[in-house]
Amino acid sequence: MQFSSRRKKFTTNSQTELYSHPLQFYGQPPLENISLTEFETFAVERLKLLKTIENLGVSYVKLSDQYIKKLEVESKALNFLYRPEADDRKPQSGPTEQEKRRKDHISHFILRLAYCQTEDLRRWFIQQEVDLFRYRFNDLDPKQKLELLHRNNLQYDTISVEEKKALHDKLVNSSYAVSGITVEDQDFYKVPFQDALDLVRSRKVYLKAGYVYIPHQDIVTIVLNDFRTRLSKALALTARSLPAVHSDERLQPLLNHLSHAYVGQDYSIQKNVGKISLEQIDSLSGKSFPLCMRQVHQSLRENHHLRHGGRMQYGLFLKGIGLSLEQALQFWRSEFIKGKVDSDKFDKAYAYSIRHMFGKEGKRTDYTPYSCMKVILSNAPSQGDHHGCPFRHSDPELLKQKLQVYKVSPSGIIQILELVKGMHYQLACQKYFELTHNVEEASFSLNHPNQYFIESQKVLGGGRDIKRETDVPQKPQENSTKGPSAAPEAAANTQDVAEMTEELDSFFQDA
Amino acid sequence: MPASDYDSACLPDILPLYYRRLFPFSQYYRWLNYGGVQKNYFQNREFSFTLKDDIYVRYQSFTTQNELEKEMQKMNPYKIDIGAIYSHRPNQHNTVKSGTFQALEKELVFDIDMTDYDDVRSCCSAAEICPKCWTLMTIAIRVLDRALRDDFGFQHLLWVYSGRRGVHCWVCDEAARKLSVAARSAVAEYLSLIKGGDDTMKKVVLSDPIHPFIRESLVVVERYFPLYALQDQDILGRKESVDKVLALTPEDVRKQLQQDFQNEKKPENRWKLLKDQAKRKQGTSKKGQHFEKEIMLQYCYPRLDVNVSKGVNHLLKSPFSVHPKTGRISVPIDLKELDTFDPFAVPTISMICEELDRPRTVEEEEKSEETNDKENEKDAAESRKIRDYKRTSLAKYVKCFDQFLDVMARSWKGELLKKSDLQKDF
Ligand SMILES: [Zn+2]
Repeated sequence: MQFSSRRKKFTTNSQTELYSHPLQFYGQPPLENISLTEFETFAVERLKLLKTIENLGVSYVKLSDQYIKKLEVESKALNFLYRPEADDRKPQSGPTEQEKRRKDHISHFILRLAYCQTEDLRRWFIQQEVDLFRYRFNDLDPKQKLELLHRNNLQYDTISVEEKKALHDKLVNSSYAVSGITVEDQDFYKVPFQDALDLVRSRKVYLKAGYVYIPHQDIVTIVLNDFRTRLSKALALTARSLPAVHSDERLQPLLNHLSHAYVGQDYSIQKNVGKISLEQIDSLSGKSFPLCMRQVHQSLRENHHLRHGGRMQYGLFLKGIGLSLEQALQFWRSEFIKGKVDSDKFDKAYAYSIRHMFGKEGKRTDYTPYSCMKVILSNAPSQGDHHGCPFRHSDPELLKQKLQVYKVSPSGIIQILELVKGMHYQLACQKYFELTHNVEEASFSLNHPNQYFIESQKVLGGGRDIKRETDVPQKPQENSTKGPSAAPEAAANTQDVAEMTEELDSFFQDA
Repeated sequence: MPASDYDSACLPDILPLYYRRLFPFSQYYRWLNYGGVQKNYFQNREFSFTLKDDIYVRYQSFTTQNELEKEMQKMNPYKIDIGAIYSHRPNQHNTVKSGTFQALEKELVFDIDMTDYDDVRSCCSAAEICPKCWTLMTIAIRVLDRALRDDFGFQHLLWVYSGRRGVHCWVCDEAARKLSVAARSAVAEYLSLIKGGDDTMKKVVLSDPIHPFIRESLVVVERYFPLYALQDQDILGRKESVDKVLALTPEDVRKQLQQDFQNEKKPENRWKLLKDQAKRKQGTSKKGQHFEKEIMLQYCYPRLDVNVSKGVNHLLKSPFSVHPKTGRISVPIDLKELDTFDPFAVPTISMICEELDRPRTVEEEEKSEETNDKENEKDAAESRKIRDYKRTSLAKYVKCFDQFLDVMARSWKGELLKKSDLQKDF
């Protein structure tokens, strides 16, 4: 997206260069003007692709056969690249490979604008983009992989045959992918551990004196790490140019529509502040709280204390269901002072962080309640903690006991444990919902504890427990699920296309 | 003097003495200045003080050693915490544009606290410690020190007794100080084997192949396990603790061992029976039968507070700070004498202040005259302070700190040489 005067000189060359490889790191913003129709279609279709990736990641093991197959079908249907071969022949129908690469490139950059706005959006976008990249990289042949590495300045040394011999056993025992037979035929790269954090974190690599020894086939982790870092930096920079985007009356609604499509609902907006009384919490926790919140609530009542992770997860959830700051302070204080904390210490040590949650202290960010993804993936509970996702973080045996206590039928427990075993934690939770609410099949796809609460209240006829039906604004999620036809026309009807893309360009220039 | 003789009520009286005559300011500054290799490194460091009545002041910073000394002697903090090196002077953080004041660097730190081991020690609970469970800290230091050096290549590790129930590690290498939050959490997770909270019974699950890091850690744990777990904690003695151990074995093995234990009461022999079962299992089934190793690790492997290590801006209690509850000084631990390190022998502030009042020996007198002759007026105060701590039981801990600093200073020299060479090139 360049100014037209400059564009004429460079476009052709750089574009050929830009799209010469099936995969790119999106280092360069697009250098051309695009039509408004394309702008919308591209953005909405990429969003559909990313949503697909998110859903597949919940239901299948990443890069399993089924995962790959389903993703391939979806890529194909949406005209995104799905096979790495560089085929320039015009296909009998549909766009050429080059056209697909261009679409991939441009759509990525449009979504960057929409998804750089908040920490939550960024996290979601990065996660899906990384997964998409992983799937595509996996599909490249070894030569293409090496080429991609070198094009992106990731030139690491391979170790000598002697060194490999000396370290043979350790290399074999450090990597799940490598067996004794293949150590000889594989190149091992010696990489500073800071460049391979995912491998270090999960101990999937041999580490010695600050260097990791990575077999060629695992180099993908390094590439992903690099991709993630670059994308995360780029988004932070793009976010800085956001005030300019926000002041643009034509762009802003369009981008907002795009960005809200990911969760559908924004649980940080409190429509029913103060509609819940503190006395109701105990009964609500039994009826309408998801297991994760029921569990922290119970342990708070028992121990009169919760450690930081639990306070954050539960505190933000309570905020999301409508506790006001004053209520929250009263709630936490009355519980904590039953334990070892006196009122004075509470005010000194804990009140701050509760005000913080409501955006009244510190950076004054209004924190969003945690989504299931966040509860499952970040900050796993350790000794003395009670937060986290019980489907993910409890021993199956303990989970079973808990479910029995909560009167889930034996056959229901078996179904839930089966889902847990397949690592489908959210589906397990949804099953728990169905079983405890007597619904055949839930009409929603669970991705947020607060969503669980709202849906539960709906089923239970809400109005009785809460003085007014929870009313969280419904965002146009349909955009992403019902296809391009539902694109936000309102925002886009009568604009000067060239002007708009030019401005888009300037946002990236600032970055 | 036993710790029971310490009374926190006397702190207002003796802290001034401690900061005036005993606190090793020059070593302390030498450490945090890191040879002056990076500009404003000391100046932009955050200190925070806990004053009387739990008054907590954050974002203290000092331009020179002299200023640090003066302020500490004025405020007499009950407790000192060290934070990050920031983009600006922390005491001016309110004056810089919001968002620009950022934590840039800090030592990579680890915090190991005995309370995290409550489910595996029977001798004490919560904040209590005794010589029996202290072995857990020894194991933790051995395991982590090895891994940080051999695996991560760090060299400058300062281990410090927290003054009450745990230990801290300060990894001071330049590369460690510059680690990102993501890198810190990756290191901490690499080093963490104990997973799950109170709702997880089996906290260690090994899978094949066993990573070299875990093998090396097991070598350490195996060395201490018989004495610590079997004898001192007697985990295979009483019925309920036996049940806890057996709960970590596969069901068929559990049944068998429950029978075998009827006729065998000696913990060592019981453990041998359990190991034999593990060996048999490993011979028959193909994968993942490491329950004897898992048990050893669950009972002995270090339990890290990952959140402390992760944050660049996380504060940690400073070496040579007093622990207000016990009065003990937070002292460096000499790894050469780790196995004999006794937390109960660590001096309290009242003890070393008392030692100051003891009459000097003749030898000491002579020495002090000698130095007085040689040095001018300005150095006299400084050298008196040196002699002051040398007359107390703090001396050997300061010496250990000195040795740590000497080794680190060699790396600064290298850095400074490189810098001046670069300048010559221009
Ligand atoms: Zn003990």
